[in-house]
Amino acid sequence: MDSILGLSLIIFTPTIGALLIALLVNSKAIEALRVGTVVITAITFVFTLMLWSNFDANETGIQPVVDGVNGVSAEWIGSWNIHYRLGYDGISLPLVVLTSFISMLAAMASWSINKLHKGYFILFLLLETGMLGVFLALDFFLFYVFWEVMLLPMYFLIGVWGGPRREYAAIKFFLYTLAGSVLMLIAMLMFYFGGGNEFNILRLTQIGQGNVPGLQFDEFTQITAFILLFIGFAIKVPCFPFHTWLPDAHVEAPTPISMILAGVLLKMGGYGILRIAFPICPVGAQYAAYTLVAIGVISIIYGGFAALAQTDFKRMVAYSSVSHMGYVILGMGVWKITAENGIMVTSGRDYWLMGMSGAMFQMIAHGVSSAGMFFMVGVIYDRVHHRDLNQFGGLFGLMPLYSGLAAGIFFAGLGLPGLCGFIGEVLVVLSTWNFSPVLAIVAASGVIITAGYILWTLQRVYLGAEYKGPHAEEITPMNAREATIAITLLVMAVVLGVYPNLMFDVMNGSMAEVVDGMDAGLRAAQQSGVAITAVPAP
Amino acid sequence: MTSFGTLLNNLIDETVQTSLCHFAPELALSITIVLLLLLRLFGAVDRWIPPYFTTLIGALIALGLCGTQLLDLLKEAQEPGEFFTGLLVFDHFGAFVRGLLALFLVLVVALTVLTGIPDREDGPDFYTLMLGATVGMMIMASANHMLMFFVGIEMASVPGYAMVAFLKGNRKSSEAAFKYVVYGAGAAGVMLYGISLLTGILGTASLPDLASHLAIVLGDAGGAGTAEGRTVLFAVLMVLVGLAFKLSLVPFHFWCPDVFEGASAEVAAFLSVASKGAAFALLVRFCLALVGDNPDAYPEFTTGIGLGLGAIAAVTVTFGNLAAYSQTNVKRLLAYSTIAHAGFMLMAVSALMVVMSKGSSVEGFDVAEASRMCIEGLLFYLFVYLFMNLGAFAVIALLRNQTFSEELDSFNGVGWQAPALCTCMVLCVFSLVGLPPLGGFWGKLVIFMSLFNIASNVHWFMWVLLVVGGANTVFSLFYYIRILKAMFMKEPLEGARTVDVPSTIGNYALLIALPVLLLGLFPTWTTSLAHGVATWLIP
Repeated sequence: MDSILGLSLIIFTPTIGALLIALLVNSKAIEALRVGTVVITAITFVFTLMLWSNFDANETGIQPVVDGVNGVSAEWIGSWNIHYRLGYDGISLPLVVLTSFISMLAAMASWSINKLHKGYFILFLLLETGMLGVFLALDFFLFYVFWEVMLLPMYFLIGVWGGPRREYAAIKFFLYTLAGSVLMLIAMLMFYFGGGNEFNILRLTQIGQGNVPGLQFDEFTQITAFILLFIGFAIKVPCFPFHTWLPDAHVEAPTPISMILAGVLLKMGGYGILRIAFPICPVGAQYAAYTLVAIGVISIIYGGFAALAQTDFKRMVAYSSVSHMGYVILGMGVWKITAENGIMVTSGRDYWLMGMSGAMFQMIAHGVSSAGMFFMVGVIYDRVHHRDLNQFGGLFGLMPLYSGLAAGIFFAGLGLPGLCGFIGEVLVVLSTWNFSPVLAIVAASGVIITAGYILWTLQRVYLGAEYKGPHAEEITPMNAREATIAITLLVMAVVLGVYPNLMFDVMNGSMAEVVDGMDAGLRAAQQSGVAITAVPAP
Repeated sequence: MTSFGTLLNNLIDETVQTSLCHFAPELALSITIVLLLLLRLFGAVDRWIPPYFTTLIGALIALGLCGTQLLDLLKEAQEPGEFFTGLLVFDHFGAFVRGLLALFLVLVVALTVLTGIPDREDGPDFYTLMLGATVGMMIMASANHMLMFFVGIEMASVPGYAMVAFLKGNRKSSEAAFKYVVYGAGAAGVMLYGISLLTGILGTASLPDLASHLAIVLGDAGGAGTAEGRTVLFAVLMVLVGLAFKLSLVPFHFWCPDVFEGASAEVAAFLSVASKGAAFALLVRFCLALVGDNPDAYPEFTTGIGLGLGAIAAVTVTFGNLAAYSQTNVKRLLAYSTIAHAGFMLMAVSALMVVMSKGSSVEGFDVAEASRMCIEGLLFYLFVYLFMNLGAFAVIALLRNQTFSEELDSFNGVGWQAPALCTCMVLCVFSLVGLPPLGGFWGKLVIFMSLFNIASNVHWFMWVLLVVGGANTVFSLFYYIRILKAMFMKEPLEGARTVDVPSTIGNYALLIALPVLLLGLFPTWTTSLAHGVATWLIP
């Protein structure tokens, strides 16, 4: 797997599968389409697991290392120095595996799709290619191309197979992301012309951190580019105030697509910040650190209250995503600096590292728990065809296995110790204390709101004497396929909660490199004359 | 007497040995026209060889000749230079655009064979007009003299008027043609006046001499205050009006939606791509002639024109996109999209003018490379635009044959009845928006890169263009997506018949749409060709 061919195989296996389906499978052979897609996604998942087994935790930079060079590449468009450059490290590898894992489960959840099956599965597989490409690309240009490639299938998946307001939701999703990517494109051009015609993310990182003699991004470039990139990525995360596409898209999308949206797509925003915006623009990141923390805290609280107010089951889960992704932004932003020997340096580097690792862990944990929550909503929606929280109740008696699994997954989302949601939240909140005790208290109180809306939801849906809503006669226990998906997700949530080192062992080295590189970049920028001032945090 | 004889001999030699060789593609097309007209006199032959067949062969030969010329030029087997006593010029740029036009002609003729417009009876007339217009456009692409400038435009326009009216008996079609004629004649008159004014003041009509004469007339004052200066500016503006009409730039765009709606989709495709391409070639030639070899002589004058073009580009893009929102007829919608795209391409020309006039005052800035990038972007854009716009119009024409309507509603739900055809539409539409990995993305990207480069080094106004361009890319999504929304997300109208598209038609659409994807995945070959052409144009 550690060659350009191997990495390309991971990315393009779904595309090849889509082509095979398009050419070989009759559109009426529905069962063949479903099983075929599951098989293709499973093969991709196995490939990514092989990548995981190849991973060398002692190498903190990009892998594979071939002849002393990090990453593998081939020339794509020589005249503009654009390369087809791939690689992975402790930050992208967990996300790659998460992508193929969630895609496989989402393919298994796609039995609920009841029209135009062939088109659905082809687009589904193309979407997976786009997502894997984003996480494996190391050339900014290639990253951008994959980022956009994903838009097209997603638009149709929401717009054709979605709920009643699908067209509105699909175009809103598309417009938001496209607006963000135009901003990203401008930042990309700034790097290209400011960094000696370069799109290589690793090289741009070196330039941004002042490691290349004679080339440096000045303060203006760093701050402007960071803001442009951050908006582009924040739309995807999504954090307040760019989050309004999310409730619509998540609610209208069919269940498996909601799983992918929440489980994988949102992580692209966080990943983009960690891989591109932060390392290339340390000055910009420090300039905006306080804003990031504030945005994170606002998202946590705002998302929580919004979730509390929903009566639509799926919308509630969607807003819980806004709240949970707030921890990701918060954990990344807690970069505190103090003056030392006349220059500003990172104070409490280990706390910041903890926050970054917590943010990263939170992304993985949220990928598992929110995909699970959306799936659980989908299971009951398939039976009773409504999602009104006030018209459920008593499901524990009718669907005991389903309700038990759902309770487990919702507790993972709540952040119960021993389940995956706990680790990320606690690390982020702890590290925030170093940055600003007040904000840490506010962020921690978000946990109470989370507990409030999740417990209230559990009470309204699963507890109670009897089910009073419509279609009571159609409530049947989960079938084996559904149970497999739910059990797999719950097991993952428990494993990550009990043994978080499974992730930390992989990501620690790379995360430390990002943190130290940015600290060094900030010092280098000050030596070249950029004045940095710390924003006093309450 | 001998001197006259020598002169005559030299003229004949030059004509036979160089000029006619350089003019071979146009000759091939002209011979095809004559053949078409002759063949219909002999009923038996006419029944045996359909007119489209003759046309297709002629167009293919012209395409081959253009291709060989371009290859020869690139391999330096043929020397670029003026021919027909300096009226036309033979160079890489001209060969590229003419090749593009010939390629487009082949594809459009193939489309008309599939759609059955024109019918057998009208075939020779229709193809004669189309071939004639193409010859005119080729002349536009290689014009080296103000006279040919005008002749080319008229030769391209007049057959165009007739082709728009070709749906005889259709009132909308006649109305569209009438509007087109009136508007076209007005614009041509203004332009002709501009040309005569310019020629009168400068004492030359030859494009290569324009700049040196301009420098004398404008003098040291840079033309700001003198009466001659103002007159020259006025004349140049009038010439640009004629071109703006051909390019359907705001505020000379009013004909475009009406004409596209009235004409058949095939003709609309022809007008939107071919005549745009030729007009852009002419605009570039005119602008380069105005700047000349010595940009320091009157930088204010040419910078001003460049900025003016930029302002028009910004308005055109924005207006085109905004007006497209409310359209219910697909051809009208695409007409406004054509207007918007003309604006995008005009941005490249504007940037070119500005950087060539002012770039040399910036220290350490590679003016030639930045200018080449503008040309490269324009040429690449044109090349992709050919496929993506033709593809969109082709799908409309092919669906029209099934649904008998070009209203957006009539496309409801056809996506699932004709998946191959509508997948092609998806590719073309997303390429028109400018999403990777499709060809349209690179066209926009190179232009945006030029704008960025010039904005950060030469003139701040390019920031405005960049922002306008970026914002419009996002806006444009909204109306393009309506086509796809109708095709894939709406239920078919009540009583609409099911669309059943034969596989040959699907294959043709694929032939058009595949290059859009391939140009997006592997743009290197085309960009380096465009770069090579630009390098020759701006050494």
